[in-house]
Amino acid sequence: MKHNQPDKTSPGRVRGWIKLRKGHLSDEIFSNLALVSALIIVGILVGFIIILNIDAMPAIRKFGPAFIGSSSWDPVRDSFGALPAIYGTLLSSAIGLLIAVPISLGSAIFLTEMAPSWMRGPTSFLIEMLAAIPSVIIGLWGLFVLVPFVRIHLESWLGSKLGFLPFFQGPPFGVGFLSAGIILAIMVIPIITALSREAMRAVPNEQREAMLALGATHWETIRQAVLPYCRSGLIGATTLGLGRALGETMAVTMVIGNNYTLTASLFSPGSTIASKIADEFNEATGEVFIGSLVELALVLFAVTLLVNVVARLIVWRMTVVKEEKE
Amino acid sequence: MLTNKRLISLTAILLLAGILTGCSSPAATPATPSATVKPPQLVNLNGAGATFPYPLYSKWFDEYNKLTGVQVNYQSIGSGGGIQQITAGTVDFGASDGVMTDGQVAAAEAAGGPILHIPMTSGAEAIVYNIPGKSSGLKLTPDVLADIYLKKITRWNDPKVVSLNTNMALPDMAIAVVHRSDGSGTTYIFTNYLSKVSPEWKEKVGNANSVNWPGDIGGQGNAGVAGQVAQIPGAIGYVELAYALQNKMPYATLQNASGNYIVPTLAATTKATEGVTLPDDMKVMLTNSTNPDAYPIVGFTWILAYVNQTDKAKGQTLVSFLWWATHDGQQFTEPLGYAKLSSLAVTKAENEILSINYQGQPLLTR
Repeated sequence: MKHNQPDKTSPGRVRGWIKLRKGHLSDEIFSNLALVSALIIVGILVGFIIILNIDAMPAIRKFGPAFIGSSSWDPVRDSFGALPAIYGTLLSSAIGLLIAVPISLGSAIFLTEMAPSWMRGPTSFLIEMLAAIPSVIIGLWGLFVLVPFVRIHLESWLGSKLGFLPFFQGPPFGVGFLSAGIILAIMVIPIITALSREAMRAVPNEQREAMLALGATHWETIRQAVLPYCRSGLIGATTLGLGRALGETMAVTMVIGNNYTLTASLFSPGSTIASKIADEFNEATGEVFIGSLVELALVLFAVTLLVNVVARLIVWRMTVVKEEKE
Repeated sequence: MLTNKRLISLTAILLLAGILTGCSSPAATPATPSATVKPPQLVNLNGAGATFPYPLYSKWFDEYNKLTGVQVNYQSIGSGGGIQQITAGTVDFGASDGVMTDGQVAAAEAAGGPILHIPMTSGAEAIVYNIPGKSSGLKLTPDVLADIYLKKITRWNDPKVVSLNTNMALPDMAIAVVHRSDGSGTTYIFTNYLSKVSPEWKEKVGNANSVNWPGDIGGQGNAGVAGQVAQIPGAIGYVELAYALQNKMPYATLQNASGNYIVPTLAATTKATEGVTLPDDMKVMLTNSTNPDAYPIVGFTWILAYVNQTDKAKGQTLVSFLWWATHDGQQFTEPLGYAKLSSLAVTKAENEILSINYQGQPLLTR
């Protein structure tokens, strides 16, 4: 299976040839324009980090690294910490991915490998439409439909069957980590599905034909020829979904219950970094309070970056391992 | 597939266009001088601040515009924002539901000299609840309310609650405590009340626009709190009285400082100003009034203005408006769910308005 080797004529060599053709004014102008565009993006990012750091300074100076580990949020005594928000962000995103990844992969496999061709277009269009729904609308739906359902059916059922686990204890309020996770799953499913579908469609048909020719069943073809081939694409899709989940604000704020606590129970109302900032920024007064909210933004930045790096490392390790095998 | 992508990009472009036009429209309200300008020369005013009085303020600005042609642009960005804007000098007046802290006053005085808290109206906060099958009649004392919010009383059939409501057959159900998740003047008034009636609350939690809540659920805005209370069986929350009335939510009768159980009404709200010593600067919280007929969770909402105006025309317009709002404007309060200022409060407000001057000359004389 050599198909996944990159084309030997690398883009770098082609670019080298282009550089030989100097002297066209239009080329110069275009390349400068492109350079400026790239610099603007980098500049925005750098400016962003600098401004966030300046605004967060009062909090950074007052709390130092302890800000990350502290679970207090007390504007009266000017004592702030990020731990419950970090925990809430990671927990709600983890629940979201746990639900979204199997569904997304299943639907992507169905759409590329199994669905009759007349179904593929409309179904993928509908899934992508889901991504276009504004998050405030999803949040409203969550508040009026999902939350009562979770409270009346899901949480009381989980509480009665699995109540011995610390994750399913406490009164069923409806709002909380569980509802936030489900909302996030609904919001990231279209992203992960669409990207996974693209990754699977990029698998050359020869892969499947070779596998089928060896006598493999449909399922074996998918499992052994299609999925391994596009594994890095699938992980990339999941990472992008996770990125969206970590930063999602409006819909989560509406269903997570906005309490600042550290508890194992998924029924408990909590907060995410983004929801805390959205909740408190308008009325925050005093430089330490505002600084703490800005520092929360920095923490979210760092968490997102960390998650992306880890995902990259996984993709990179997998490709290395695969190449070693071949 | 191509058509799908095209459709999606089209939708995205339309959405983006919608966002862009949505953003640009409210900002572009140019100051148009009206034909019916009255002497002395009247100009347009800019203000920002509290959201709680916004429905009343927009009614006032509308009525005042009809009378005089003055246009007031008011951004309801919240009390904290109002204080910041008046300190930065970007608006002609600020508005707040909470008293400025000493630090905030110092910052404002450094920027523009002495600053006034002029009361405009007062409002009450109702304790709304959701006990299945009980649509009215819950009675609470300050201690019990504080203990519920401290999570010391966690069930509706707690003996302390039952003893106050012997006729009510309260269920064995967890109490879900709902609070505001956003920083808010409403929270300031509520926590100010709890700090006055419960030493434990004062010590453990305290009084601010946003506090470290012992539990359970945060809702955004009055609508968020009311929504959570309406949805969750066993919930209790605090919302502005007007909000509870409009949504026909059951609310508790609360024992006041004199020991009487008081239903929150506009009359009982106005009464609250008569049991509290009103200082000349009017920086006073009306919670836990000693008036026997007063509802205890009540607060003023203020307009913040500098004593020394730097623009004569704007200053004149501002004092004329403030005078009108505290006098003729009061007729619009009750239909919108706000309480009238008591006559004593109006007198104090008059003195504050008369003290506003331009280069030492008063802008309004009796």
